[in-house]
Amino acid sequence: MEIRLEKFSKSFGPVRVIEDMDLTIGDCEMIALLGPSGCGKTTTLYAVCGIHRVTSGRIWFGDKDVTALPPQKKNVGVVFQSFALYPHLSVYENIAFPLRIRKDSAADIEHSVKEVAGILHMDELLDRRPGQLSGGQQQRVALARALVRKPDVLLMDEPLANLDAGLRLEMRSEIRRIQQESGCTSILVTHDQVEAMSMCDRIALMNEGKIQQIGTPDEMYQQPRNRFVAGFIGNPPISFCDGVIQDNRFVTEGLEFEIPDRLEAASMTAGQKVTIGVRPEYLRPEFAAAIEGEITFVESQGREVLYDLTLAGGKVFRSIQGGGPKFKLGENVRWGIDIGAVFFFDGQGNRI
Amino acid sequence: MDDRKANWPLTIFLLIVSAPILIMYLWLFIDSISEINVESIWPQKFTLRNWRFLTEEIIGHGSVWTATLNTTIFATSVVTIVVVLSSTAGYALSRLKFPFRAQFLGFVLLLHSFPSVTLIISIFLMLRMIGLYDTLIGVILVKAALELPFGIWIMKGFYDTVPWEIEMAGLQDGASRFQVWYKLVLPQIMPGVAALAIFSFMAGWSEFVLPLILAPSSDARLLSVYLAGLLIDDYLSDFGLFKAVGLFYVVPVMIFYLFTQDKLMNIYGGGTKG
Repeated sequence: MEIRLEKFSKSFGPVRVIEDMDLTIGDCEMIALLGPSGCGKTTTLYAVCGIHRVTSGRIWFGDKDVTALPPQKKNVGVVFQSFALYPHLSVYENIAFPLRIRKDSAADIEHSVKEVAGILHMDELLDRRPGQLSGGQQQRVALARALVRKPDVLLMDEPLANLDAGLRLEMRSEIRRIQQESGCTSILVTHDQVEAMSMCDRIALMNEGKIQQIGTPDEMYQQPRNRFVAGFIGNPPISFCDGVIQDNRFVTEGLEFEIPDRLEAASMTAGQKVTIGVRPEYLRPEFAAAIEGEITFVESQGREVLYDLTLAGGKVFRSIQGGGPKFKLGENVRWGIDIGAVFFFDGQGNRI
Repeated sequence: MDDRKANWPLTIFLLIVSAPILIMYLWLFIDSISEINVESIWPQKFTLRNWRFLTEEIIGHGSVWTATLNTTIFATSVVTIVVVLSSTAGYALSRLKFPFRAQFLGFVLLLHSFPSVTLIISIFLMLRMIGLYDTLIGVILVKAALELPFGIWIMKGFYDTVPWEIEMAGLQDGASRFQVWYKLVLPQIMPGVAALAIFSFMAGWSEFVLPLILAPSSDARLLSVYLAGLLIDDYLSDFGLFKAVGLFYVVPVMIFYLFTQDKLMNIYGGGTKG
């Protein structure tokens, strides 16, 4: 089922959390609402499921207007960050709860619960209480309870935040598998770009109540619309550096290079202030545009090594290189930048 | 067993401290089945005469069974009213937004700390006015009303520990607000409800001042009033009888307490864990 948010706004008293947000999620698609804490992603999720009332704008499920519907009237499955399992009920009863409320027959309930338990590989857990389960198992129960009544939409609020690192990796692919098997249109709220990029078809990156950019993970990484997107997506993060344009050259203290042809045609005037963004993988010894400085930080990540390169003027660039630690802390080096992969941002932070 | 051994010094200390109380109860029991001369403290002879009140009416005081029945009705009614109203009011105060909520909470706390005896004259007048003076119903209502602030406050504390997300999940699963409360939230605070019920029962069973003033006649008399009546009867200075009735009065509560004390501890634990 397609979900459509039209000029959706939400205020809490005088505080406007979301302003005029437009978002369309295609049928069977899984989209991530990604952003730093306080950006309004959970608020958006709660509005879609009906827990929060919408201040203005419309929400559509397919061609049905669900803006004013209470949560009970929407067929939406939600996985909460804390899982919100019912501690006094067995796993079986937890999963069966939505069906019991709907007054399904006992046989139907048994069939549906067994089916969803099978998909989630948890048949042997049905008699236990939530308190007797590990974090990953609780997560599965929460997911099963959300899926058991075949929801139009599946919403997940930071579903992996309460799991330890190894389990998180496992559940990441598990949730994606189940989402694809069930064909449920899904929204995943997360602050973790890795989760968003690895699990979802598309990402809506939010900041301060507005969507900064919507796109596939690759688009977000390779074509960030503005400085915020470029800075948020990518790990280790991109390095920014302020400078000016002079005679078709980018100039800053300790670094100078000719700007690519595609930018000359754009409205780049002499003396214009710009910010460049260089991803760490595009700063390496083999690239052309020379950049000189001192290595001020070395961190081995095993397969790759992360360096900080500090220029004469104090500007710092990050570089990531494979093949073991070839350079030492304090060493003066002359590396290069892949100019074609450098992002240019104007004074407002928009990409040129 | 190792734990208990390690705690021997503590056990002995507690035994010494509580010895006077234990000895008092023991003496109460012994006295109730013995004949004692006034000038002696040691019992002389075994007798069951003091327990005659179980089978016959004590002249001028009526049957102990009427008083027992009244006390049971009184205590269970107080429990019912307090539990039902506190568990609903506590939920509203913990979860719902309504005008003057904070003021209401403050007022409830004030009422809880208010010495209820100071209200007794106005309560007496009010009961007279509405025709509930000297009835069991009247004194039940008064006692329940005085217990309510405590109950509401305690229940609110228990509800506060239930996570919001459980309720959100319930709504999302299609349940109405009432179903969420009844099927999901209430079961989680059952330890609190049980503790409050026990507490109110004991408070009701041992209540003395209110029934003495508000329901003195024999039809509505409670055990506590019955017992006090025996003591102040000038013509019947039978201390053996008084002690036997006293024991009869206290034993149900002691047995009840033995079986429920672990649940009662919840109320003082603040309801953090059931």
